[in-house]
Formats: sequence, structure tokens, C-alpha cells
Amino acid sequence: MSRIKRAFENGKAFVAFITCGFPDIETTKECVRAAVKNGADLIEFGIPFSDPVAEGPVIQKANAVALEGGITTDICFETVNELRKEINVPFVFMTYSNIVFSYGAERFIAKCKEEGIDGLILPDLPFEEKEEFHPVCKKYGIDLISLVAPTSDKRIAMIAKEAEGFLYIVSSLGVTGTRSEITTDIKSIVKIVRENTDIPCAVGFGIKTPRQAGEMSGASDGAIVGSAIIKIIEENGINAPEKVGEYVKEMKTAMSNSSIGK
Amino acid sequence: MSNKKGRFGIHGGQYIPETLMNAVNELEEAYEHYKNNNKFSEELSSLFNEYAGRPSLLYFAEKMTDDLGGAKIYLKREDLNHTGSHKINNVLGQALLAKKMGKTRLIAETGAGQHGVATATAPALMGMECVIFMGEEDTKRQALNVYRMKLLGAEVVPVRTGTATLKDAVSEAMREWTKRIDDTHYCLGSVMGPHPFPTMVRDFQSVISREIKLQILEKEGRLPDVVMACVGGGSNAIGSFYHFIDDESVSLIGCEAAGRGINTFETAATISTGKPGIFHGMKSYFCQDGFGQIAPVYSISAGLDYPGVGPEHADLYDKGRAEYVAVTDEEAVEAFEYLSGTEGIIPAIESAHAIAYAVKLAPKMAKDKLIVVTLSGRGDKDCASVAKYRGELI
Repeated sequence: MSRIKRAFENGKAFVAFITCGFPDIETTKECVRAAVKNGADLIEFGIPFSDPVAEGPVIQKANAVALEGGITTDICFETVNELRKEINVPFVFMTYSNIVFSYGAERFIAKCKEEGIDGLILPDLPFEEKEEFHPVCKKYGIDLISLVAPTSDKRIAMIAKEAEGFLYIVSSLGVTGTRSEITTDIKSIVKIVRENTDIPCAVGFGIKTPRQAGEMSGASDGAIVGSAIIKIIEENGINAPEKVGEYVKEMKTAMSNSSIGK
Repeated sequence: MSNKKGRFGIHGGQYIPETLMNAVNELEEAYEHYKNNNKFSEELSSLFNEYAGRPSLLYFAEKMTDDLGGAKIYLKREDLNHTGSHKINNVLGQALLAKKMGKTRLIAETGAGQHGVATATAPALMGMECVIFMGEEDTKRQALNVYRMKLLGAEVVPVRTGTATLKDAVSEAMREWTKRIDDTHYCLGSVMGPHPFPTMVRDFQSVISREIKLQILEKEGRLPDVVMACVGGGSNAIGSFYHFIDDESVSLIGCEAAGRGINTFETAATISTGKPGIFHGMKSYFCQDGFGQIAPVYSISAGLDYPGVGPEHADLYDKGRAEYVAVTDEEAVEAFEYLSGTEGIIPAIESAHAIAYAVKLAPKMAKDKLIVVTLSGRGDKDCASVAKYRGELI
């Protein structure tokens, strides 16, 4: 069984997104350790990009700070390599197509395999363009993770049928960032997904509170949280790992409670 | 490559978030439907002729020709269009299409403000809401255009992220589009972004080369030897090239902004200094570092200050069909002053990049050769920044 699949085996999965190198690489490592220790089931590492078009202000800023600090794709790989020696939860990279393309698809994806990355999320690579990297991902056994959005409509079935690893359900229109309310009918999206694939699906974009995490994972197989974690890191700097740990624990508890009896 | 849609050789494609996929598919469908629809074509022609003032003149620049002593130079006067540049051609096409699609709101990016001003005519002309994203740096360089956009009824949003210039304005307009799709059309200003934009914008701009061809045949009885235009994203250039692409005898030259020089980091010459990449919805050439981070480019011209180039240009370059040359700030400013003093025409600083190369090329060509230079816009907006470049405050 793949590491990603296993992450969804024990109840609802909590997926933590962390921008590599924000505010520095040591803090990133400590935050990942704290998140995993407190129940994170999957870590999504953001490789910073100069122009992250799918991101809201919080993650945009984290990307900019990380790049100013000198973070490169190679440093992200080194970080994963180091953490992989002690952590067994699945790791995926979240970045933009140009980062992979520029590194060389073959070289990048082979290195993912070598360093212990399980999947790849590229928000600017829709279904129609996935052949750009999919054949290489397949060759190295890296899951190219698909996204569905509130606007996907008739595309959901088509995307779900070929989805790998887990399916990323984008909860809301717009870019990443916390929202006070998520109005998309997640249940009806999940219903179409279920009719077309057995792979797990997790909801991301806009989740901040334990209540939202409970609701979103209650309707699917997991919750993905990015901006809320990055905000904690932004506010606490090098003291962030402890706070991130507490936050993950609280979210994970809310998710376990909400899944009881379901 | 499984998706052949919107490809120019290896370039182009649709590298955008899933959230936007249905929107671009819907746009493509609507465009395919209306582009061959007689009523749509008639309405657009009427807007071109009655509102924008087309056809634009093909002007024989006799003084410039005499002064340079070589090839005969014609200027395609897109600067005489309503709102002062070629951008209106594309805006009228897209606004009309958006209206047919039932959209009530247009959003757009702008660099120099030429596309922003053209798009800002939509509130009055088409009764649509309009929001323009403009890099904060550019709102300062082009304060007059900000005022014009507001006067015309648009909201102008200064973009403070990244380098606060054109690329960031595009990113922000894309982000805004993912937030609000139902009633909103993203009126992209150049031959870039995801399919169908590069093709659709080219088609709307191809009126330029269609007219050049008719006009030069009427005046000279033959095709030109060279057609040249400035290239940022590349819309006026592709519009000027399009109907000559199959005419192998016509050399096509795109003039990129070298900024302080292509050997410096302060340049925006994408084809001269960039490499293949994937950004803003397309595969093409981009200025970037060794890890694929998009470079913070620079040019005195806000409209050419963009790290990428349209995918069709990338393909014309790959095939060797068009040539791309780099022109520095200094050369462009000299050309700005030269055309003003020689012909009494103040060109946009963007267009001055093409004039600068014509000044270099014409003397090397025989007197019976013909050069057409597209003057993409007028230069009123640039007077303050050129004056500043020369150390004069106005």
C-alpha cells in the first residue's frame, strides 16, 4: 500500500501545508516535526515560487520571504531528505509547473522518488495539460495529484476517474486563504467523486477553525490546511513549531470527534 | 503532448488552475461560435470604423526616409486609434464577445495603461462594470493614464505584490478571475495567457496586417520587405505580422526591450535572454533564474516590462520565421525624440523601440526597399518619464 493511501486508513486525515524556508529552513523542519508529532497525516511542502498565482496574500508573502532567504529547489530536496529519515507520513510537494519544468521533469521527479516524496500538486497544471509531467510521474511512482474546484461541474467525473493518490477538492472560488464561511456544496462534489474513483478526497482552501475542519473532513476523507498554519508561523517566527503543534492537535481532535458515528 | 489545443509548436497550452478551466472552455466555445458569425463581424467592423477610427493610416515617413538615406519607411499609425493605441482593437472584440456571453463585468491588467484605458471605454460604450489591475510602480510612471481610466468609469486597483509591474498585474487579474467568474470576463490585453487568448487576441489584432497589406499594395504595388513592431507580450507585433507570415519574402522583426542592456539584469528582452518555461497559463520563453523563478525584469517602457512573450512569437522564433532584436532604454529614448523632431509624431515609448531599430536598419538597405514600422501607440503618456530620464522635471 502506498504511503498516501495509508495516511487515509485511520479515520479522517489532516494535511498540513508548510512553505519550505519560511521564515527559515530550520523553522520549517521543526514545524513539520511538531505537526507530525501532533497528528498530521500528510505533509504538503510548498516549494516557493516567485509568482504563485493560486495563492492568497499569506502564502504569497511566505513564498517571497523564503526566496529572499535564499531557498532553492535543491534546498527543499535536502530538507525532505533529512526529514524522511525520521518521519514516515507521506510527503507531497506543492509548487508551480515552472519549478518542475525548469529543473527538468525527469530530473525533478526522479529526485522526488530518491528523497522520499510521494506526490506532486501543481495548481497550474489542469487535467488537459497533465501529460506534461504525468508519464514521468508514472515512471517513478510519484502520484500526480488532481484538483477539482467548485466550478468543475461536469469535469469532476473526468478528473476523478484518472485521479491518483488523493483528490484535492478546492472548497471555494478564488485563491488560498482562510474564509469565515465555506458555502460550496462539498457533499455533492464528493458524491460524484465516489461514483468515479476509490481514492480518498480531502478538502482544502479556506479552512481555519476546528469546526470547519470537522465539517469539511466529515463530508470527505480529510482536511488540508495551509494559510492558517502559515499565519501561525508568520506571527510566531522561530517560536512557531510549538504553536503549530498545538494547532494541529486541536484540529485533529475536532476531526476525530466529528467522524465518530459516521 | 495530449492537449493540442492552442499550441504553437511546443508553446501555448492552458496551464491554469482548475477553477478557471470551465471559464476558458466557455470562452473558447463562444469565440469559435462568434468569430464566423456575420452579425458579430459586422458589429465589430462598425465599432472599429465608427468608434475606433479604423482603418488607421499607413503613412509614408518621407523626412525620416530622406534623413536615413536608405529603405523607404512607412508607419502604420495605430497611435491614431481612439484611446491612442492598438489595444482598442482587441478590447472592442473581447468586450463585444463578453457582452454576447452575458458577462457584465470586465477585468484587465495594464502595464503602460494603454490596455487599461482601452478597456475602460467599456463602462460607457457597453454598459459594463470595469476593474483594472495596474502595478503600483506603473501607476506612478503612468499617472495620466490612471486618471483617464477613472474618468472613463473604471476602478483602478494598484498591485503591490512582487515587482509591482505588469507581471504582477496579470497575476492579480488572474487571481481576481478565480474569485469571480460568473459575471466576469478577463479581458487579457496581449497575445499571451492560456488558450484561447493568444489566438483570439491575435485575430482581433490581425486587422493591422490586413490593412497594411491593402494599403501598401495600393501605394507601392508590392509587399514590404520588412515589417517590424515592438514586442512585450507581442500583440501589436503579431497583429502586424499575421497576414505576412505566409509571405516568405517579408522579413518580420520584433523589437524587445533590452532595458539597460541584455548583459545586465535590468532587461525585459525575453527572447534574447529568456528560456522556455511555463507561466501565466502558457508555455513560452520567460526571463527566469536557474530554478525557474521568474525574473524581476526592467524596461523604461511599462508596456514592455514583462518577463514573457506570447507563444506564437516563441514559435515564430523557433521556426526562424521572425527575428527578435533587443533595443535599450537609451536607444528607445533617442528614437522617441528623433521621431518627434523628424516627423512631428510623438510615439509611445514602447513603439519607439521599433523606431529605434528602423533607424539602425534603414540606412543598410537599398532605397527601393520598403520597411513598415507599426507605431503601436502615441507618446503623450511618456513625456513625463522621458523628461525625467533626461534629467528634466515637468
